[in-house]
Amino acid sequence: MDYSQFLMMPQEIGLLIVFLLVFIYDTFMPARAQRFLPIFTTILFAIYTAFSFIPCQMGELFGGMMETNPATWVMKCILNIGVFIVFLQAIKWTNEDFVSVRRGEFYELILLTLFGMFLMISSRHFLLFVIGLETASLPIAALTAFEKRHYESHEAAAKYIFTAIFSSAIFMLGISFVYGMSGSLYFNDIANALSLISSKSILLFVAVAFVIAGVGFKLSLVPFHQWTADVYQGAPTAVTSYLSVISKGAAAFAFLIILVQVFGSAYHQVWEWMLYAIIILTITIGNLFAIRQHNLKRFLAFSSISQAGYIMLGVIAASTVGMASMIYYILVYIFSNLAAFGVIAAIERQTGKVTMDDYNGLFKTNPWMAFTMMLAMFSLGGIPPFAGFFSKFFIFVGAASTGSVAIYVLVFIALVNTIISLYYYLLVVKAMFIRQDECAIPYIDSHWTEELGMTISVMGIIAVGIASNVYTFMSQISDSVIHIFHLI
Amino acid sequence: MNLTLLMYLIPSLIMFGCGVYGFLTRKNMIAIMISLELMLNSIDINFVVFNRYLFPGQMEGMFFTLFAIAIAAAETALALAIIINVFRIAKDVDINKINKLKF
Repeated sequence: MDYSQFLMMPQEIGLLIVFLLVFIYDTFMPARAQRFLPIFTTILFAIYTAFSFIPCQMGELFGGMMETNPATWVMKCILNIGVFIVFLQAIKWTNEDFVSVRRGEFYELILLTLFGMFLMISSRHFLLFVIGLETASLPIAALTAFEKRHYESHEAAAKYIFTAIFSSAIFMLGISFVYGMSGSLYFNDIANALSLISSKSILLFVAVAFVIAGVGFKLSLVPFHQWTADVYQGAPTAVTSYLSVISKGAAAFAFLIILVQVFGSAYHQVWEWMLYAIIILTITIGNLFAIRQHNLKRFLAFSSISQAGYIMLGVIAASTVGMASMIYYILVYIFSNLAAFGVIAAIERQTGKVTMDDYNGLFKTNPWMAFTMMLAMFSLGGIPPFAGFFSKFFIFVGAASTGSVAIYVLVFIALVNTIISLYYYLLVVKAMFIRQDECAIPYIDSHWTEELGMTISVMGIIAVGIASNVYTFMSQISDSVIHIFHLI
Repeated sequence: MNLTLLMYLIPSLIMFGCGVYGFLTRKNMIAIMISLELMLNSIDINFVVFNRYLFPGQMEGMFFTLFAIAIAAAETALALAIIINVFRIAKDVDINKINKLKF
């Protein structure tokens, strides 16, 4: 065996080293040193994140089962930044009394799920992909049940685990049909075999539908979105923020790779129209349900459903432009959502309040937090100078670049939905700035780590929007992996 | 498509259908778990049958089945642990009683 190929996956190896060090620290260090475990993990992860930006040798590993290329490298770097912010915002929470006994598990499970997502992103073989998918989704059920005292946490975990198993069963059934048709599980071999099959084949149709359904559950696209709001509400806020950005971003990228690289020859006949219907449903229903939410975590759950619909616009474009805009969208979405969740987590940790009415008059008592939340909402809604506007703009351009009239209609529907979404994002801003309340939330003395996390997110929201070379860089990256799209 | 292949594939798909039906109609969490196991096992049968009758020269489907069995075991263990936790805090595993989170 050629061991030098491990040099092509330095991000995975580095992540495993971080995990092992955290595990050893958690297991063998004395009880009084345990207090520093969160800060130790965060610093270690920061060092790792910094090193993961170094470009490395890229190529195929393990006989073609795995591939690292510039796009997977950028995607993993983005996920690393997001996880770093999640860790920063969780430090204070994991040091509280009732969580502190199990705080090591929180960090270890998150690092392991991140490893699973890395496998999902760079796998080019369905066995490796399924292993990555399960590694990425099963520990999240354990993390959701983390708040042992709270009933909601357990109910959310039960709902999550059942839907996760159900969706992975459907996904694997789809793969078994693909295997029956093509005789291989390698992405490239399947693609070659499928391009010989007539795209009117019913078996192919069923297989693609099952694969879309299976990954659609992870992404919470609309017919498969029922678990999202309950799980987001019941899970601890740190886990919710992780689930809503990192998990979704990784799944979206892997979804693009599967649809384009494996089923690319069936693009026009089979999955373009499935995805078309799913996107319209996802954006519209996500928006309409978000309007009637009062709990902010449920509110952000429905907002994240509709954001997933926008991310899918980059997939339906099935071109390098679409891929670049999707990666850019995920980057911006990570910063905006983590800023919002940072504020929610800090307020919930000290006061236990999560409904929108509790935020009345927040600007008077906590101006900086209200300001952060406002920027996050503006960015999610897509108001100009912030990054959210540019990400929406690029993803519409990416989808419209296919040139078909149907996609123009789709982009128009998405545009109308953006206006609807502005309404409910501004409801939060209105509650904080305009409404007054006698018993507004008192001044919250947030921990410096939480402040640092929010600051990084806000800097991201502003800087990524202003610095135009970020998008240029993304489009260079996706132009360099044009071989993925050779079937379209 | 030969007859022997269908003789294995059709029972396996019926098994999957029974699993989906049980998942949607059962009210006890343990019964839901059993239905999910049915679904996962029917997928294993699918892979083995495709491999044996369509592509006898290679082993890819068999390997996938081995890994899928291990993954299914991990899923079951985790789901049972969560069900036990739910039972401890709600004193029930009936999903009609586990319904505080909605809308």
